[in-house]
Amino acid sequence: MNETVIKTNKLTKRFGDFVAVDEISFEVHKGEIFGFLGANGAGKTTAMRMLCGLSIPTSGEATVAGYDVFTQPEKIKENIGYMSQKFSLYEDLTVLENIQFYGGIYGLSDKEIKEKSDELTHKLGLHKEAKKLVRSLPLGWKQKLSFLVSIVHTPKIVFLDEPTGGVDPYMRREFWDLIYEGADKGITIFVTTHYLDEAEYCNRVTIMVDGKIEALDSPAGLRKKFGVATIDEVFYKLAREAKRSAD
Amino acid sequence: MKQLLSFIKKEFYQVFRDQKTLVMLFGMPIAQIILFGFALTNEIKNANIVVVDNAKDIASQQIINKIEGSKFFNVQKTLMNPAQIDAAFKTGKIKLAVVFPANFNTDLLHLNKTSLQVIADASDPNTATTLTSYITSIVNDYQSQLSQNSSLPYSIHPEVRMLYNPDLRGAPNFVPGVMAMVLLLVCVMMTSVSIVREKELGTMEILLVSPIKPVLIIIAKAIPYLLLSLVNLGAILLLSVYALDLPVKGSILLLVLESTLLIMTSLSLGLLISTITSSQQSAMFASMLGMMLPTMLLSGYLFPIENMPIVLQVISNIVPARWYYIIVKDIMLKGLGFSYIWKETTILIGMTLFFLLIALRNFKIRLE
Repeated sequence: MNETVIKTNKLTKRFGDFVAVDEISFEVHKGEIFGFLGANGAGKTTAMRMLCGLSIPTSGEATVAGYDVFTQPEKIKENIGYMSQKFSLYEDLTVLENIQFYGGIYGLSDKEIKEKSDELTHKLGLHKEAKKLVRSLPLGWKQKLSFLVSIVHTPKIVFLDEPTGGVDPYMRREFWDLIYEGADKGITIFVTTHYLDEAEYCNRVTIMVDGKIEALDSPAGLRKKFGVATIDEVFYKLAREAKRSAD
Repeated sequence: MKQLLSFIKKEFYQVFRDQKTLVMLFGMPIAQIILFGFALTNEIKNANIVVVDNAKDIASQQIINKIEGSKFFNVQKTLMNPAQIDAAFKTGKIKLAVVFPANFNTDLLHLNKTSLQVIADASDPNTATTLTSYITSIVNDYQSQLSQNSSLPYSIHPEVRMLYNPDLRGAPNFVPGVMAMVLLLVCVMMTSVSIVREKELGTMEILLVSPIKPVLIIIAKAIPYLLLSLVNLGAILLLSVYALDLPVKGSILLLVLESTLLIMTSLSLGLLISTITSSQQSAMFASMLGMMLPTMLLSGYLFPIENMPIVLQVISNIVPARWYYIIVKDIMLKGLGFSYIWKETTILIGMTLFFLLIALRNFKIRLE
């Protein structure tokens, strides 16, 4: 639990005068489910993009899986998985073709891809639909498949950017079961969300307000610290002070 | 390598699953070749011409009979002075005038040579060439008949005058133009749309987070369209050779190589468009406006470049199809070799590198 896989120190991203992410510092440990909460526009996605190598930080330091975000983004990419806000599988490919494609670009061997395909389709109960276009699947299944595809190469860390947006509560629950399974295998989960009930599922939670980290602790710790009964109330307490309007 | 192959495979799945696009990809060139080849034929029937017979002798009469006997002309015999002929041309009533000099037959008999004047309205260069060549061949025909029956070498010289457009450009051959347009359009539009689609759907983000190198993404995107375009090229050539009777006079290998070069130019242009647009619609629009119109209007394929205002002539230099059109015409129609087209080839290579360089730079910027 003590091995650090993500470490940032005063990580900052500016777009002109606008400070999207303002000197955030935190550590994430191996196998942890690390929740990143914040209102829309608080800077969650920007922070995550910097850690994934999609966006170059303006200043500060950060290492992901032991590699520096400024100098070794290619190394980082080999060690992470990513699931974006938008649905990220190809709708005009079948379930199997999607798995083969992502397996292929992550350099898995044919044998590994074959095994993974069997494993994933059985896990999701999709073996009958394996040759159907992804387009024809219900959203909840698509999201679950999307998550499993993002960890098809068993990365050290997987970044999930609001993975359960628009999914019904039942499917969200199932989605989180998959996340727990991934974490049990030692994959570190870095997840942004604005469903506050999901925060309770995380090992530790940060709350971002106006590009800054305002709170970072376990859900229980946060409730205690703010003297309230739910993460909801913690969040509203902090969010009320936000100056930046949601976009 | 494995990464690239997986990617190319995926691109092919997507291309073949999108049947509407496929139909367009292969239907368009075939439809165009057939349209241009058959429907918009350059053969002229029943053109209005006047014959001004100042000689009224036996030779002129025989030639006029031959002209009248042809299905190509509506002959009107009048006596007109040059000013009247000019006026008739200006109103567009006639396409061509044949003028026999007063002493046509006398000259022919005594000097063994004579001439007649053929004046054509060359504001429509294609029609003008076709008509004058018909008349010239009728005259030649008559001349060889005369020579057969006599030991004297009779010679009748048709003096051809092209009104309004003395240079007479634009020999009608649509195949090179259609080739240029189809290759450009398909490659530019398909690549730009297929890359922009990944941006729009959000899958590009996933690709950029994956360890695959951007240059591999680009290659994987380009290869399916390169192959499809070559198939397309083959179809166009087969159609033009077997359906339109238009043989490739020069080296087919050279033609294919040059076409591959144009395909590369188009692919890099498509890539460039994909880096500066963010929706499929705008990519499609940019490709259409940026490619289709200039290719049709400024490549010299529908309208002769020499007739354009200077500004457009200068602009036409940056239209890749202009150079490719020259190359194809030289190889296909004139049967020329590489030594005649190295300049155009160099220009196309330069354009390709230029587009590719900017596109790669923009592509990288987007990464960050």
